[in-house]
Amino acid sequence: MNMDIEVVVNPKIVIKDLNFYYGKFRALKDINLSIAEKMVTAFIGPSGCGKSTLLRTFNRMYQLYPKQKATGEIMLDGANILDSKQDLNMLRAKIGMVFQKPTPFPMSIYDNIAFGVKLYENLSRHDMEVRVEWALRKAALWTEVKDKLKQSGTGLSGGQQQRLCIARAIAVKPEILLLDEPTSALDPISTAHIEKLVDELKEDFTIVIVTHNMQQAARISDYTAYMYMGDLIELGETSNVFTNPKRKETEDYITGRFG
Amino acid sequence: MRILPSLYTRRRITNAVGLSISVLAMLFGLFWLCWILLTLLVHGLPSLTPAVFTQMTPPPGNAGGLLNAIAGSVLMTVFGILIGTPIGILAGTYLAEFGQRGWMAPVTRFINDVLLSAPSIVIGLFVYEVYVIRVKHFSGWAGAFALAILVIPVVIRTTENMLKLVPSTLREAAAALGAPQWKVINFITLRAARAGIITGVLLAVARISGETAPLLFTALNNQFWSKDLNQPMANLPVVIFQFAMSPYDDWQNLAWAGALLITASVLTLNIVARVLFRQSATTH
Repeated sequence: MNMDIEVVVNPKIVIKDLNFYYGKFRALKDINLSIAEKMVTAFIGPSGCGKSTLLRTFNRMYQLYPKQKATGEIMLDGANILDSKQDLNMLRAKIGMVFQKPTPFPMSIYDNIAFGVKLYENLSRHDMEVRVEWALRKAALWTEVKDKLKQSGTGLSGGQQQRLCIARAIAVKPEILLLDEPTSALDPISTAHIEKLVDELKEDFTIVIVTHNMQQAARISDYTAYMYMGDLIELGETSNVFTNPKRKETEDYITGRFG
Repeated sequence: MRILPSLYTRRRITNAVGLSISVLAMLFGLFWLCWILLTLLVHGLPSLTPAVFTQMTPPPGNAGGLLNAIAGSVLMTVFGILIGTPIGILAGTYLAEFGQRGWMAPVTRFINDVLLSAPSIVIGLFVYEVYVIRVKHFSGWAGAFALAILVIPVVIRTTENMLKLVPSTLREAAAALGAPQWKVINFITLRAARAGIITGVLLAVARISGETAPLLFTALNNQFWSKDLNQPMANLPVVIFQFAMSPYDDWQNLAWAGALLITASVLTLNIVARVLFRQSATTH
């Protein structure tokens, strides 16, 4: 499979010959790609093309399930993530993730944020309060919840829950944020909130987002990767991919002729 | 669109017939339940005097109550639950959270299903054989052990089912933060399934509080007040069995009162369990 891949300046993650298997099914085929540091990279493509699968290899989420495996290289800061010697918990401290459906833990809003922080740091009560406020402010949720930090996180609205999950992910101070269709379960207003947030967060974090919504990819990403049937078809600067795609498959998809 | 009249009529008739059969089946089941409850109330209520809660089981012809039987039942149920619940929750957690790989979990699940449907008299005989015969006397502990063996499969099953209802995204979200598996289970999944697991324990209490057969072979009975679990112990089901079979009117009346007591407490437990579970379902 030939691919059109623009050279990414200042890459944070470099992927070489990545293959992924669900049992015997090969879901990712010889993926080569780089993720630019402190930029937003979007993965687009039709359902089942492997974009979420690719995202889930970055923090080895697939390892929760016995029949899934990945081969190849994913280099992050000079070390291969897929190496079996890689400490999973330390890897996930560096790489935060937000899922399609909001996943507030069954505990208070405050404890939702503190849960992750406590895994890595032994903060005093005051420092923890500072950290929780910092994370909630970063996620643009502070003003809405500052008076009910002790209430359950499951009582918030869907959009608020998703921002709580983003706050929880950034509270650990990771370097990379993985967003797996973070707005597909949300209404347009909450979606706009989250998109604005992503734009602000890229000052501090390298962001990779999987989305079904091509306008969203066009609005918020710096780089876009188009995938189809487990292949990476094209990766380039978002403005180029959407206005002047190099590959016919990409053009067909983004113009709505296919997919 | 053109609607075919004959097709539409036939669909309505099929619907009416199906609905009537379902309602009739429901009424048939409900009829017997109401009859049982009514009979219990008619015979039990007049006998449910304060003496039932304050006096010991009497010899025939004397006044008395069920205090020692009530206390014995509560005591053995509490110990049965205390012994059985931790084992059940731990095993259920193993099945739900670690049971994806290997042969241990499927085998355990199968044996648990067998245990779940085993006749309780078999459990009674088992404890009689391995414990009562060794120590050479019936005892409250033997009764509690037999009840614990009945509790374990119920709690295993509900714990596993409730943990499986916790969405896998919640586990993934906790794992994605870098939490080790034991923290994910302790602080996230068990907590998310808490109300369901408590419901399971309450249902197990309801299940064992009416069991007679396992106690007949283990705790037997005791005419007198006793809080020594190493002695034979009075309990409601066996007292009901003994008194109801007797030719004496006052004993029979006490048996009715005991039956009403057990039924009322089991009913209350079931309702509490349902309310609890419904509340947890609405908050998720």
